[in-house]
Amino acid sequence: MLEIDNLVVELGTQAVLEGVSATIERGSWVGLVGPNGAGKTTLLRAVAGLIDYRGEICIDGCPAPRRRPRAMARLVAFVPQRPLLPSAMTVSDYVLLGRSAHHHVLASETRRDRRIVAAVLERLELKPFARKPVGELSGGEAQRAVLARSLAQEAPLLVMDEPTTSLDLGHGQLVLELADSLRREHGLTVLAALHDLTLASQYAERLLVLSGGRVALDGPAADVLDQASIERVFGASVEVLAGRDGLVVAPVRPRRSAAGQAGSRSATPIASLR
Amino acid sequence: MGTVEGDQLRDLGRARLLTRQPRGGLSEPELRLFDDPGDLEAGIHPTRLRPGHVALGIAVLLAAAVASLLVGPADLPPGAVLAQVASRIPLLDVHSHLSATDVAVIWQLRMPRIVLGALVGAMLALAGASYQGVFHNPLADPYLLGVASGAGLGATIAIILLPQLLSWPVSPLPLSAFAGAILAVAATFALGRSGQKLRNASSLILSGVAVGAFFTAAQTFLQQRSTPVLQEVYSWILGSLSTAGWSDVELILPYVAVASVVLVSCRGLLDALSVGDDEAKSVGVRADRVRLIVVIAATLGTAAAVAVSGLIGFVGIIVPHTIRLLVGPSYRRILPLALLFGAGFLVLADLVARSVLSPGEIPIGVVTAFLGAPFFLVVLRQSRRFA
Repeated sequence: MLEIDNLVVELGTQAVLEGVSATIERGSWVGLVGPNGAGKTTLLRAVAGLIDYRGEICIDGCPAPRRRPRAMARLVAFVPQRPLLPSAMTVSDYVLLGRSAHHHVLASETRRDRRIVAAVLERLELKPFARKPVGELSGGEAQRAVLARSLAQEAPLLVMDEPTTSLDLGHGQLVLELADSLRREHGLTVLAALHDLTLASQYAERLLVLSGGRVALDGPAADVLDQASIERVFGASVEVLAGRDGLVVAPVRPRRSAAGQAGSRSATPIASLR
Repeated sequence: MGTVEGDQLRDLGRARLLTRQPRGGLSEPELRLFDDPGDLEAGIHPTRLRPGHVALGIAVLLAAAVASLLVGPADLPPGAVLAQVASRIPLLDVHSHLSATDVAVIWQLRMPRIVLGALVGAMLALAGASYQGVFHNPLADPYLLGVASGAGLGATIAIILLPQLLSWPVSPLPLSAFAGAILAVAATFALGRSGQKLRNASSLILSGVAVGAFFTAAQTFLQQRSTPVLQEVYSWILGSLSTAGWSDVELILPYVAVASVVLVSCRGLLDALSVGDDEAKSVGVRADRVRLIVVIAATLGTAAAVAVSGLIGFVGIIVPHTIRLLVGPSYRRILPLALLFGAGFLVLADLVARSVLSPGEIPIGVVTAFLGAPFFLVVLRQSRRFA
């Protein structure tokens, strides 16, 4: 479905991604994790064709049509981390924007566009809000509206950048469950950055751990998430437990004594301050 | 649009198109996540232009035009004026008993002035609404971005430096005004962008103010150096439709027509721009390209309008914002209605301008600014609430 080969992105003079390669199978869910500034958002934006890059991104064996946003929008749907919500626009108008690449540039939406929007709203339980302004939605409803807009694109690859950031646990699970059920039913391919490692291990079949603009680890959650790797990549003290649907990554307080944990913590600046 | 057959035909046509072109080599058909055959779309009401709003706009324009036609220093009997107009409508057997002079007053003075006012008003309101859309800036109008003062400088240069050219079959004045306007918008764009975010309302307005001040200064310098044409330049700047004849109408009609068609066809794209350039791109809309096309079309139309009518301010902000308050934020509604209400508004403003001190005239720019300045403050308060 998606092949990324030696992807390099430079923003200004700084290299944010330094040779990222990965392959994502059709119908799979790949989670993207990594500390702040690792380049997760940049990678997702490159896949969605929103920024310039060097290297190759192939979708279904063909180079991504990155110079043609309309063609890109039919292949990749992107859920940004902080969407810009036009507060006075109605929810159905907002979700209809997802159909922009399907009808003629200057034409208005077709009957099929309206039908798809209706079905998406139904599926995401947004039907009652169809005529409400986006600005009057709660955080969870607004996040679902953004997801609805990207699902209306009917693109085979769904790219989400921290879709649960602004949501409480329940609404976060709702969004992820929705994406997962669509993946199972329709063969949607999902690439999602998630900062919560527990959620990432529960939903993603495979994790791509990004660190300093490179892929540090790549594999099933059970293989890549262990206490040592998390401490190394994230500089975090955790306990990794076995849960019902995946791992549970529980933060623990770093040991304060110089003796026990000094070896693994000394690399991080926070530890050196103490 | 709206008939079942038409929609189905269009869908069929698109489906054929999709199977013919693989689009970036996608081997499988696009994902059909939600292709439910049921009649679900009943609950979906995309924002559309309402016939009632259009009818109201036409009514306002017609009322303004009729009132304008009937009022004037020549003091013609209203019944005879209407009869004279009706007599020009084919298939209607109406005769008026006006003298040849009175007929000329109607057809060579009042009528072209109304049409010119309508064209200029429609263009300024539409350009203002379009600027507001592409710049995500509720306070943008042709004046604030420096278009008008750029056109002003261009027109002044034409009047002062190229007087002999004014006898050309095609007047260089609108061309020169157009060049000045393009230059001013380009400068405002460049300055606003150096503040990094094009979306930033204040940096754009500030750069527009700076560019406008610069062009106005250059214009003032030029006109002070050429006192013989001072009056001509001044009367042009203050804005007036009084020199109107059909030639002015013919001059700007093509510009206004082309610009209006382009801008109104971009109405749906302007709605897509409201999610920001990035997200617009992710749903397949090139914001930068839309912005460029809209700015070019709006600048072209504004320059033509300003060239024949002078610097009439605030129309581009009063009219779109009034419409926005009435029908909501969708440009699918605002742009077409801006045409109608802009036309009606300026015809009314011109009526005020030439009847308050009749037989003298107030410059029409004074009338619109008199109404516009207080309105501008109201809009400012509103936009602060949303910010």
